Amino acid sequence: MSYEEIILDHWRHPRNKGRLPHPDAAAVEANPLCGDVVRIELGIKDQTIQDIRFEGEGCAISLASASVLTELVQGKPVAEAAGITDEALLSALGGVVRTRLSCALLPLRALHKALGQHRSPDDGGPPPGEPPSAGRCTSSG
Amino acid sequence: MEIKIRDDFPLLQRTVHGVPLVYLDSAATSLKPEAVIEAEATFYREVGANVRRGAYELGAEATERYESARAKVASLLGARPDEAVFTRGTTEALNLAAWALGETVIGPGDEVLVTEMEHHANLLPWQELVRRKQARLSAVAVTAEGELDLEDFRRKLSPRTKVVALPHVSNVLGTINPVPEVATAAHEAGAVVVLDAAQSVPHMPVDVRELGADLVAFSGHKMLGPTGIGVLWGRREILKDLPPLLVGGEMVHEVWLDRATWDDPPARFEGGTPPIAQAVGLGAAVDYLQAIGMDEVRRHGQELTALVLDGLLFRPYVTVYGPADPGARGALVAFSLAGIHPHDVATLLDREGIAIRGGHHCAQPLHRKLGIPASCRVSFHVYNTIDEVRLFLEALDGVWKALG
Repeated sequence: MSYEEIILDHWRHPRNKGRLPHPDAAAVEANPLCGDVVRIELGIKDQTIQDIRFEGEGCAISLASASVLTELVQGKPVAEAAGITDEALLSALGGVVRTRLSCALLPLRALHKALGQHRSPDDGGPPPGEPPSAGRCTSSG
Repeated sequence: MEIKIRDDFPLLQRTVHGVPLVYLDSAATSLKPEAVIEAEATFYREVGANVRRGAYELGAEATERYESARAKVASLLGARPDEAVFTRGTTEALNLAAWALGETVIGPGDEVLVTEMEHHANLLPWQELVRRKQARLSAVAVTAEGELDLEDFRRKLSPRTKVVALPHVSNVLGTINPVPEVATAAHEAGAVVVLDAAQSVPHMPVDVRELGADLVAFSGHKMLGPTGIGVLWGRREILKDLPPLLVGGEMVHEVWLDRATWDDPPARFEGGTPPIAQAVGLGAAVDYLQAIGMDEVRRHGQELTALVLDGLLFRPYVTVYGPADPGARGALVAFSLAGIHPHDVATLLDREGIAIRGGHHCAQPLHRKLGIPASCRVSFHVYNTIDEVRLFLEALDGVWKALG
């Protein structure tokens, strides 16, 4: 009885866990319904993600997904990272049961949010604050 | 007896992920026996007409079956049929109660007293009500043992308290609350008592007169009946003065262009075409439960609860929430595994065909009080067996081995 090896491995041995001293972009996403919280921090130079860290609390799937995502993103051009799809992340995780997709995709939402906040100076600065996305989870009443 | 009962539930024939289903989430919704499914289908096949339009035979038959279902529900509660209002479920019943009491007994500065162990369905209607009426909401504390703090209740009860709302059985802690004691004190203070009985009526004998509450809400789908049907039982003297939540067809006496007069209860509270086939299905569920006997339903639930409680308390990696005495509980147990998120527990058990609940069970304030984002919960009904409890406990050891 176990999760896919990738999920267990990244849950037990998270990569790029922690904080950056001076992040160029950062965002937090949460699923209020199940208590999963993930924070993603980015160090960006020359439109490339030089550094990435995550911190989080929650289930094995959301934390493993954050760890896997940091490896997918590290060293990638910003535009490429912004183009990472749900399917790409799920496939890097070795597949996730359909009842837990919102857990698995929470870190990706945090990454997209962080990238959305990051703009090069000639873009005119960060966009106006956007409301936190409505976290949905598999369990309610 | 178990084997015969299991044959009545078609869903128990199916497999999940290639293994037999072990359904341990009846507190969320119960499975339905063939008799209930058949009663609902038969209504559509043989009658089909709307109720309270008796000018033709089918209409009269539909009304007869609908009202006969109401009589069955009332007899289960030791009540009069005209005290049982059909709603879509517990949530609608409690919204109706809060709305109607808000229009009659709650004014600025008055208080509604709830508990920290409320399901959101018995919390949010009161939150909205006190906001509308400039009234106040306060909550009775839950003790470390998972019981209502009755001293805190007496402290918070005052002449300003107009409503006391509480669950009969907590859907997380499993605690059976001392409703008669609470109701007596509340009545002395002049408050109306509203009871969320969603986790009690399906599992144990409930006599509304003995309980002493004034309004009692529960759902059909947790007691082997269909979804879309529930009940608000109300003491006759209380119901007669309450206004309807839904106005429109079928709930009026006389209507003019600028005004209308309401019908008597229960019709007054059943505006629009009601869930007729679902009510008939609920009637069949009551028949089914009463054929087993509510004492036996309770005994069976307690036996399984005692067994699972023993198994969980014995495992050092498990924390159990609520009373350790199975006699003080309904047929459910919430717990958590050290350092493991309940959703991971539920997902891994699902791979073994075992359906349990992981989440906050619509009781976020209670989970906040317990200091956890979520919990696991197993719950039972008449079709569950001792073998299923053993399978679950063994599988839980497997989860702990994999993730612990």
